[in-house]
Amino acid sequence: MATLHTRSAARLMIAPSVLLLLAWMIVPLAMTIYFSFLRYNLLMPGMEEFAGFSNYSYFLTDPAFFQALFNTLAIVLGVLFITVVGGIALALLLDQPMFGQGIVRILVIAPFLIMPTVAALVWKNMFMNPVNGLFAWIAKLFGLQPFDFLANAPLMSVILIVAWQWLPFATLILLTALQSLDEEQKEAAQMDGAGAFSRFIYLVLPHLSRAITVVILIQTIFLLSVFAEILVTTNGGPGTQSTNLTFLVYAQALLQFDVGGASAGGIIAVILANIVAFFLMRMIGKTLEA
Amino acid sequence: MARNVSTQRKIVVTVVAWTIGILIFFPILWTFLTSFKTEAEAIASPPSLFFFDWTTENYHEVQSRSNYFLHFMNSVVVSFGSTLIGLIIAIPSAWAMAFSPTKRTKDVLMWMLSTKMMPSVGVLVPMYLMFRNTGLLDTRTGLVIVLTLINLPIIIWMLYTYFKEIPGEILEAARMDGASLSKEIIYVLTPMAIPGIASTLLLNIILAWNEAFWTLNLSAAKAAPLTAFIASYSSPEGLFYAKLSAASTMAIAPILILGWFSQKQLVRGLTFGAVK
Repeated sequence: MATLHTRSAARLMIAPSVLLLLAWMIVPLAMTIYFSFLRYNLLMPGMEEFAGFSNYSYFLTDPAFFQALFNTLAIVLGVLFITVVGGIALALLLDQPMFGQGIVRILVIAPFLIMPTVAALVWKNMFMNPVNGLFAWIAKLFGLQPFDFLANAPLMSVILIVAWQWLPFATLILLTALQSLDEEQKEAAQMDGAGAFSRFIYLVLPHLSRAITVVILIQTIFLLSVFAEILVTTNGGPGTQSTNLTFLVYAQALLQFDVGGASAGGIIAVILANIVAFFLMRMIGKTLEA
Repeated sequence: MARNVSTQRKIVVTVVAWTIGILIFFPILWTFLTSFKTEAEAIASPPSLFFFDWTTENYHEVQSRSNYFLHFMNSVVVSFGSTLIGLIIAIPSAWAMAFSPTKRTKDVLMWMLSTKMMPSVGVLVPMYLMFRNTGLLDTRTGLVIVLTLINLPIIIWMLYTYFKEIPGEILEAARMDGASLSKEIIYVLTPMAIPGIASTLLLNIILAWNEAFWTLNLSAAKAAPLTAFIASYSSPEGLFYAKLSAASTMAIAPILILGWFSQKQLVRGLTFGAVK
């Protein structure tokens, strides 16, 4: 029973959040768009001038941009592949009756709670380091030459580290979805003689499809802006081999002080993210109606 | 009907699951163990898992060398500060949207969520310049402001999905009994909403504690939270694995424990209620 009184009160209560988010969304973004059309370098203050689309054409013709675009996609797709496939497998495993299920769950969830800088530095130093890392020691045990992960396969190493952090997320959500599957339905299928494989394909997978979509979309939003893991491990290198779009813009802005160029890159990143966000919003919008 | 599960199968599943669980957890365990080694033992080959001379020297070293406590407090202030301010702003909004929904409520919610989709790097340049010009760069206040804004949509969404589950009739009954709006909130809604608010608080402290884009870009020596402080260990300066491990262990332990207590809420909060 919303009276006139409560309705205006409601508006008053929503106002602070709306205004804050509106300001947060419009003010900096408008500034980025404005800067992206300027020739503006922090090392040369007072020399700002209108530059038209030259920042964009600079960015879009820079080979580093295409490398970064490729790396961004590689990180997103690589991590998604590992975490979704691994997450389904782990969720199915953890759903089985076993001893100490709660503790295994806790162990599996842990990486997600680790701050990105810690996760990346631990992997970089204590595992992937070609001299003192554990992987090097294991390689030597088998008489192999230690592999310098971050120098020879920097992008793959970053993908590995990020996948380790996100595997728990996928597992946790898929496990939650799996547990809402009707036990009787599974039994009915079993009684009708459906084998484990066909039960997975025709019963479990369709039931999980919603959760899988949610995992893919949410992870994509975060994976498009992987930053800390790159900063502390490879610093984008060697060269630009592990630079993604976020890192490229950061380097342009805070290492080269090129405000105009970095802003153009930022806008390109916003456009890319919006394409993904569009689909995610539609997914979540549907659940609101339900 | 209990499922017939042979003990043999259960044991196999247990062994496989534990092995995988320990493998996934191993980097964290290894960090924890290394933090109690000397620097020489930390890089010894073959490495020792448990049998070394346990020492707490690294923990003292980390504090005396780099004022670890300052950065720890920065993390505490920034994550709790941004979460509490976010809650104060979000609770009335979520309440209003859950209990007096209008035709536009859904659109407002979706729009709020969409602000979360904007990649941070899209506004890095103006934020950096604004912070520089207003003296907010490398201050706790500045970090609190940014983290409040980036987590506000999640806070509102989580609260909204929790508030939605509170039966509206109870509020109407209170209203009939002549409770004013403020009394309605304080005596009726708040006690019922506490569990949801607590979960929201927990998840957001975790997210803010681990946030590593703005903290890295907008803070330096003075206001750096642990995320940025740990990042300073990325420069190779000789043997430092044990100290890195000690600093890391202290940085992740509080959140690890918080997170384990709020597993269920994690799923709900991180999927904006899409998976419960």
